[in-house]
Amino acid sequence: MENNSRRGFMGIAFGAVAGIGAVGSLYAMKKSWDPLPSVKAAGFTTLDMTIYNENELVVEKWRGKPIFVLKKTADMVAKQDDDMKARDIVVDGSHYMVCIGLCTHLGCIPAYNADNEGFVCACHGGEFDYAGFVRKSPPGRGFDIPPFTIKGTTLVLGEAGPEFTDMKANAVTL
Amino acid sequence: MAHFEKATSIHDWLNQRLAVDAVNRVMMTEYWIPKNINFLWAMGMVLVITFAMLLVSGIFLLMYYQPNVDTAFYSVNYTIMREVDFGWLWRHVHGVAASVVFLIIYIHMFTGIYYGSYKKGREMIWISGMLLFVAFSAEAFSGYMLPWGQMSYWAGMVITNLFAGGSLHADGLVEWIRGDYVPAQAFLTRFFMLHVLLIPLAIMGLIGLHFAALRIPHVNNQDGDEIDFDVEAKKYLDGDKAGSKVMRFANDFMSKDMMVVGFYLVFFFYLVFYHYGFAMDPVNFDPADGLKTPAHIYPEWYFLWSYEILRPFPFDVGLIAFAFAQVIFTLLPFLDKSPNSVPANRRGPFAIWFWVMIVNLIVLTAMGKLPPEGIFNYIGFVSAVLFIVQWLALPFITKLEKKV
Amino acid sequence: MKNKEPLILAVVVFFTLVTYYLVEPYAHHVMHKHVESEHFEYKDLAEFTPTTNVANGKELVMSNCTACHSINVANMPAPMDAVTSAATYGVNPPDLSNAGVVYDAKYLAAFIADPAKAANVSHKFNDTKMHPMPAYNWMQPSEISDIVAYLQSIAVKAEELTPALAFENACGRCHAMGYEKWTQLGTKPTFKHKKDELAYDIKVIEYEDSIKAYMGKLPPDLSMYIRSRNEHFISTLVENPQNHLAGTAMPRTGVSAETMEKVIEHMKDAGDTKRHEREEVGMKVMIYIIIFAIFALLWKKQVWRDLH
Repeated sequence: MENNSRRGFMGIAFGAVAGIGAVGSLYAMKKSWDPLPSVKAAGFTTLDMTIYNENELVVEKWRGKPIFVLKKTADMVAKQDDDMKARDIVVDGSHYMVCIGLCTHLGCIPAYNADNEGFVCACHGGEFDYAGFVRKSPPGRGFDIPPFTIKGTTLVLGEAGPEFTDMKANAVTL
Repeated sequence: MAHFEKATSIHDWLNQRLAVDAVNRVMMTEYWIPKNINFLWAMGMVLVITFAMLLVSGIFLLMYYQPNVDTAFYSVNYTIMREVDFGWLWRHVHGVAASVVFLIIYIHMFTGIYYGSYKKGREMIWISGMLLFVAFSAEAFSGYMLPWGQMSYWAGMVITNLFAGGSLHADGLVEWIRGDYVPAQAFLTRFFMLHVLLIPLAIMGLIGLHFAALRIPHVNNQDGDEIDFDVEAKKYLDGDKAGSKVMRFANDFMSKDMMVVGFYLVFFFYLVFYHYGFAMDPVNFDPADGLKTPAHIYPEWYFLWSYEILRPFPFDVGLIAFAFAQVIFTLLPFLDKSPNSVPANRRGPFAIWFWVMIVNLIVLTAMGKLPPEGIFNYIGFVSAVLFIVQWLALPFITKLEKKV
Repeated sequence: MKNKEPLILAVVVFFTLVTYYLVEPYAHHVMHKHVESEHFEYKDLAEFTPTTNVANGKELVMSNCTACHSINVANMPAPMDAVTSAATYGVNPPDLSNAGVVYDAKYLAAFIADPAKAANVSHKFNDTKMHPMPAYNWMQPSEISDIVAYLQSIAVKAEELTPALAFENACGRCHAMGYEKWTQLGTKPTFKHKKDELAYDIKVIEYEDSIKAYMGKLPPDLSMYIRSRNEHFISTLVENPQNHLAGTAMPRTGVSAETMEKVIEHMKDAGDTKRHEREEVGMKVMIYIIIFAIFALLWKKQVWRDLH
């Protein structure tokens, strides 16, 4: 006694065609879930680097995250060792620390002390210097540096220029 | 604890816990369907497929739609139509499917009326089906509010005003329904809730009831014959597939269902990509403006016949006629007093009643769209009266039917 | 048992098509009057005789027009900013850089000679309330032709006129188009500080108040007009607004037929942006679904071979 109608090869063929349609629909569904063009376009922040004052921390915004911009004094620049120099960002003759203002330990925003020329994180006491290096644990690595590219006197965050690519290659930042 | 044995396979494991074989037999392979049917019998499956498309496209619209009076229109016409990848596709599918589903519902309904599939044990199928029609109507109306265009706003205004009950002046009730003096934020969000959660749940429950109501009486056939399903099933299972009067739901009936669905989808997607204006009325591409009424307001095509029954009479009379029109179809199994459960063409006067009803509903539909002026007014009035007269006459016409 | 399915299908299709016809084409025909296109011939205007004296045209423009109109390509700035202009005149006198390519030459000449008459808005003005631009019908027709020749010489070539530029010139001084970030003051820039953005928005509102006072009501945002109206309506409306909206304050803009096509294209870019993708995907889906239907048919035939 037959249990099922004979499906035969045509049934399987039809099932395969229907399956192709299902895959196509899944593709369209996946694309609908993607971030919108306006979201991706907002992923670029342009900073006018002429407005900053020396040793005055300014917090900008990029992709919803705080960005520390610190213009270094001549004294600060002279004191830099090789590691600190690797993190240095030079725009139109001035030296800056530009990084994501989140403690690399667990993500709180550290405060800047201009007298001390360093950052202290209130959450667990971590400290960073004016170049973004760790001065006191628990953070395990220096501030992360966002992708950037230098265009004249502006810095465009979100776009990876040659200087940033080098930093990544030399493991200065993630 | 019932007795369980060590399973011999995954299939056996599932069988012991969920009786999958028994379910498969009852719902699929030994759910016997008469062979004496035509493609109209596939409309149920077409509706299931269309409802599934509404659900899926609705899910992706829901990801980006904003139920806020200031951003709703933008979220649909800018974000979804311009920004979201394939957003335009989900919107077109959703709009076209919402309109076409009613075409299929009407074909499905009138198939049932023609072949007497509401009689003799099938009354619950008919009633649950009519409840589904009401639920789909509510779903369509609530959905139409969401883009918050001019038609959304003014249709919302007009239809909620009906609940004031004419001379009853139940303005308090109207304000309660809206949550505000006019259709505004409260109105939009509550209809969003209805459209996205409450009514879809009701529809899914009613579909379950509809299928359950069908299982015992079994599907009807083109001649209204009473079939001994056990005898015919035995013939089939003994090998006489050609001689038996029945076939399996799966895969015999389903393969024909799928073929009809295939042709339907060609028609459906043609509309989605190339001919969708009828489902997305131009007036609704103007953002809602409470201080400006469009020159022409009209409901979607599937509500026009019922809208036209409201219009030609003085307001209170029109409201009563409108209420009558909403419920009267549901009472069909009880108004049809004839013992005959055969197709209309063998029922004499009932056949005339049937075709006049169809033509009249089309006339009402057309008049509902046309401006209420001149000859259109007159035709609309005559049609509305004819509709009411036809239903009042039905018990008498059917009582006089000779037994076939 | 006779196969009744072809007859049943015919009946269903027949009733569906009848209903569709009555509810859509017929009803819309009854509701909206049809206006024939005049193909932008501007037959009511005087004949135009082109000249080639661009130099004389330039002199005339510099001495007669630049008091109110800027000409960016000729480095002539606007005498006032747009908001003050609108408050003073009711409208902001347009920049003339591309007037020569956007507008029909015959219309341009007629407009310079008598703006209110050419634009079909004479009914709005009288001796006490005059059109903000004076009539230049005291000039020789050849002088006006010289002006047109100059304007045509400084404008971009017809092929270089983009849909956006056509729209901004012909419509954008009165109509905003939010979905393309177009305000009557120009494309809205992105602002870093909320305060600057709000200041810009206030300027737009002030400008819109001036237009509203001048026109009687604010010209609507056109972002979705290609879908809320249709191509034919928009084209015939722009050709002569009085044909559709008798007594309207909207001027006949005098665009050429080519410019009109580009304006429509821009309106489609705004309100029907994904049309090309829709056609592309549509073709692929139609091919797929036809194959799907064929396979379903073949499966059905195979299953039913022993059922008949």
